[in-house]
Amino acid sequence: MTGSPLLEVEDLRIDLDDGLRRVAAAEGISFRINRGETFGLVGESGCGKSITALALIGLLRPPLSIGGGVIRFDGQEIQHLSAARQRQLRGNRIAMIFQEPMTALNPVSPVGRQIAEMFVLHKGKSWREANQLAVEALASVRVPAPERRVKDYPHQLSGGMRQRVMIAIALACGPDLLIADEPTTALDVTVQAEIIELMRNLCAERGTAILMISHDLGLVANVCRRVAVMYAGRIVEERGSADIFRAPSHPYTQGLVDSLPRLGSRAALGRSRLKEIAGVVPAITRFPDGCRFNPRCAQATDICRATAPQTEGLEAGGFVRCHHHA
Amino acid sequence: MKLRANLVIGGALFALAIVVGLLAPWLAHTDPVMDANLMNAEEPPSWTWWFGTDAQGRDIYSRVLYGARVSLTVGIVSQLINSVIGVALGLSAGYFGGWWDDVVNALTNLMLAIPSLIFALAIMAVLGPGLTSLLIALGLTNWSFTCRLARASALSLRSQGYVQAATVLGYGDVRIMITQLLPNMLGPIVVIGTLGMGSAVLSEAALSFLGLGVRPPFPSWGSMLSEAREQITTAPWLSIFPGLAIFLTVLGLNLLGDGLRDILDPQSRSRRT
Ligand SMILES: Nc1ncnc2c1ncn2[C@@H]1O[C@H](COP(=O)(O)OP(=O)(O)O)[C@@H](O)[C@H]1O
Ligand code: SF4
Ligand SMILES: [Mg+2]
Repeated sequence: MTGSPLLEVEDLRIDLDDGLRRVAAAEGISFRINRGETFGLVGESGCGKSITALALIGLLRPPLSIGGGVIRFDGQEIQHLSAARQRQLRGNRIAMIFQEPMTALNPVSPVGRQIAEMFVLHKGKSWREANQLAVEALASVRVPAPERRVKDYPHQLSGGMRQRVMIAIALACGPDLLIADEPTTALDVTVQAEIIELMRNLCAERGTAILMISHDLGLVANVCRRVAVMYAGRIVEERGSADIFRAPSHPYTQGLVDSLPRLGSRAALGRSRLKEIAGVVPAITRFPDGCRFNPRCAQATDICRATAPQTEGLEAGGFVRCHHHA
Repeated sequence: MKLRANLVIGGALFALAIVVGLLAPWLAHTDPVMDANLMNAEEPPSWTWWFGTDAQGRDIYSRVLYGARVSLTVGIVSQLINSVIGVALGLSAGYFGGWWDDVVNALTNLMLAIPSLIFALAIMAVLGPGLTSLLIALGLTNWSFTCRLARASALSLRSQGYVQAATVLGYGDVRIMITQLLPNMLGPIVVIGTLGMGSAVLSEAALSFLGLGVRPPFPSWGSMLSEAREQITTAPWLSIFPGLAIFLTVLGLNLLGDGLRDILDPQSRSRRT
């Protein structure tokens, strides 16, 4: 099955059911990630990136649920798997790390034990073997003196070290796919770069595919080969990351690119955010008719307010969802 | 870390009770049951009879030492049963929620509505007197506070990042409850358990006083008090020493519980650092 893509998402829909009515929090989500590939999902906060990730690993909880579509992992449809089968995939073949390195580790358990638990849980190792493997795993994420560090509790480690531990835990079982949801948002900039570099190198060495989720287009485009831009529960553009920078096609993507500091002017970042996109992402229950971006779009016309645009393939590869795309 | 007086005194009293119970055969002067001698009946405390003797001439000092065994066994074992029941019910109720939570809540409210000693009395009435009955009766009737606490902790811990991370990593429910939730609520559970042990010692005394505890002639502090009540004016030492033993043990456990709460409560911990 090595020829088929690792992950294929087709027309995924996520429903929000508040007891009164059922609305689509995300719909028409389609993308594929090949083995060992790095794929990015970008969009402002509230666009539906995290719920998409949760849907992939079968962890949507009421009021959210999968409303339709297919999620195929390694050739097998996984959206209807039993809870037990999904649990066997999670942490083992699909791993995920997320934003808070401060709270994602159990405060009363030594970090080595938390790594070792993965080998016991998914690989059926004895605690003895697992503890040994935990030291190796900690060494692989370049934590100095790993044989001593395994005994440390999370509060004894810095934020960056904790995120390294999280990466060690996530990669412990040699997953095929690592989902990283805003993995460095809570860290300061220098540490961010180190962690991203580490994650990218480790995954490249092991052939682990990455689904990198962030609000930061610059970060995602830097790490990933291809990028999908999400807005208000829909993917509005998907391109190679070089293309998306050079010639963004969707007005929303253009907005994201314009709001990035240009190369060499990073110092200005703190003082003046360049060209923010005016307005905010609408709440799920207030999605506008037609194109969901129309209230914030400078190019919007009557058709944008009346009909939702369909996806359109681009010559250079990828697709865009806009009536008046560049 | 500064050693706190309640922790030290409480711990010392509890340790003393345990040592006394364990070493009773070596510390005692006479056999608590066999060495009755009417020639020495109702001797007041003296150099020979430290705590005096009872109507049958048995050495109260030796009987108090052996009595510690019953009191502590009942206190520790019955509280362990309570803690296990309370944690199992409360933790799972808080974690799973839904109908199971409703069932556990109803059960807890029922337990809280009936005074636990009355409930224990009813169980004893069915099972008959004796040590095993005591353990069962007291072990099944005092878990509601632990259960409440475990449920509330599970509810608040459930949304912690590390619990969600464990779900994402493929941990099953039982593994999450045991590795992520339980260790993080253990402090307060231990505090409640320590205080509960104190009240179990008191309940044992009360039930034995009512003649439902350990069968005479084997001594327990409660049954000694019970036997002594007719001579309370003529031979007060018969009541004073077992009473004092109960008092000091329960006091010790309460101080220990308070002391543990002081060091385990994160709020008081951050206040000091
Ligand atoms: N448990 C939930 N219940 C109701 N709405 C939710 C829930 N989780 C997320 N949402 C909503 O779904 C939308 C997408 O959220 P999310 O996927 O977290 O955004 P992102 O990760 O892109 O910032 C937001 O409008 C958010 O308010
Ligand atoms: S469809 Fe219209 S409103 Fe939507 S992004 Fe394109 S131009 Fe803007
Ligand atoms: Mg998010």
